[in-house]
Amino acid sequence: MLKLRDGIVELYKKAATSIPNDVEEALKQAFGREEDPLAKGALEVILKNISLARTTSRPLCQDTGFPVFYVNAPRGLSHSLIREVIYDATKIATKKIPLRSNAVDTITEKNTGDNTGKFMPFIHLDETQEEHFNVELLLKGSGSENVGQTYKLPTRLNYQGKEILAERDLEGVRLCILDAVIQAQGRGCPPYVIGVAIGGSRDQVAFLSKRQLMRRLNDTNPEPILAGLECKILEDVNSLGIGVAGFGGNNTALAVKIFAAARHPASYFVDVSIGCWALRRGRLIW
Amino acid sequence: MVRLTTPIPVDTLLSLRVGQQVLINGVIYTARDRLHRFMLHGMSEKGEMPFNIEGGVLYHCGPVVKQTGDSFTVVAAGPTTSSRMDIYEPETIRRHGLRAIMGKGGMGDNTLKAMRENRCVYLNTINGAAVYLAERVKGIVGVWKLEEFGDAEAMWALDVEDFPAIVTMDAHGDSLHSQIRDLSEKVLIGMIQNQQ
Repeated sequence: MLKLRDGIVELYKKAATSIPNDVEEALKQAFGREEDPLAKGALEVILKNISLARTTSRPLCQDTGFPVFYVNAPRGLSHSLIREVIYDATKIATKKIPLRSNAVDTITEKNTGDNTGKFMPFIHLDETQEEHFNVELLLKGSGSENVGQTYKLPTRLNYQGKEILAERDLEGVRLCILDAVIQAQGRGCPPYVIGVAIGGSRDQVAFLSKRQLMRRLNDTNPEPILAGLECKILEDVNSLGIGVAGFGGNNTALAVKIFAAARHPASYFVDVSIGCWALRRGRLIW
Repeated sequence: MVRLTTPIPVDTLLSLRVGQQVLINGVIYTARDRLHRFMLHGMSEKGEMPFNIEGGVLYHCGPVVKQTGDSFTVVAAGPTTSSRMDIYEPETIRRHGLRAIMGKGGMGDNTLKAMRENRCVYLNTINGAAVYLAERVKGIVGVWKLEEFGDAEAMWALDVEDFPAIVTMDAHGDSLHSQIRDLSEKVLIGMIQNQQ
């Protein structure tokens, strides 16, 4: 278990100080395409920041995020013990890397100083038939977390006095996603990665939309209708003119990832999780 | 590119317009939600503050700071989302005679109005470029409320050199953020109408 703890400390370090190859590649491609001078300048700084963080082993964003773990553990291992190991690793990583402590006790308003608190880190634990651990970590920045949205279809959207009805179908889903980006503007650090979950119950879609941020940007949705919708919405989002850092241009998002869960006849939720360009995810197989 | 030195003289400030790139030199002060609230409602008078922020730059930022003994170094120092401070900013600008608010994502109409009335601008520095920006911090020259608010929410006095930002709201009532929002809504309305 000590080895697992040290492995998780390393996972924190890798996730906080470097972004995944697929995200960096997408940012480089965006830089190549960018024509807006302010947006191009911002992207240039973003790319320099990524390489500087990697070479100096420093967190690439001062908001080192809310840690979310997705763990698949072999059968027979105590889940409460795994939680303890993750809490210990979090405290060590906070000092060692260092991370900013983002854990504030909501009642006393006191920062705990070590990134742990009630339900923080947030740990999702499952059992696997395999013999090894699969630990995935998302360090979720809160600027982008704050601009996420939940919609209940049908709903009315309003722009400049014009009312638009989003009904219970995939077109309604598309309108909600575009609305979430319009409301977010540049506040959550675009270019965004947009995770979406539809159907389900409220708690399910919130969990599942964030889970979509763990997908590789260039994967293909196994559901062909959703795969087509993801491409179409990405194109739409990139025509809105919000752009890098909200400075304008055609690089508002790098990817859109959608999951459809079964729903109750009375409910139709659309949950949009927005990831900033600094999408810090990592995986440890142990 | 315009070089600014804090405190910023009024005539320099009035010459700044939306879209201009600036490089800041001198001491700037960090403040997030909690500190704004404390400055307005928690303390009785300015005298409690160890810094004179008049004419200065207030930076929406909660840096990663490394402490070695009694000294601090900035590890990462990018901007936080400014719109959360909209409820406090107009009065904060008035009370402290601030010349610039720096952060990311821009601020609302009330803050824009207060900026026009009190001669202040909004500077958007580069979102998430925390290490790049930390390299432009020469040192920490003071900190306030560290024990009580923690390192993410304390007021840090940062001595910066050629710290880059873009003027996105000026003292003449122009805002790049309002322009982009208006444009994006028009594009969306057009997109939907074309399909009907």
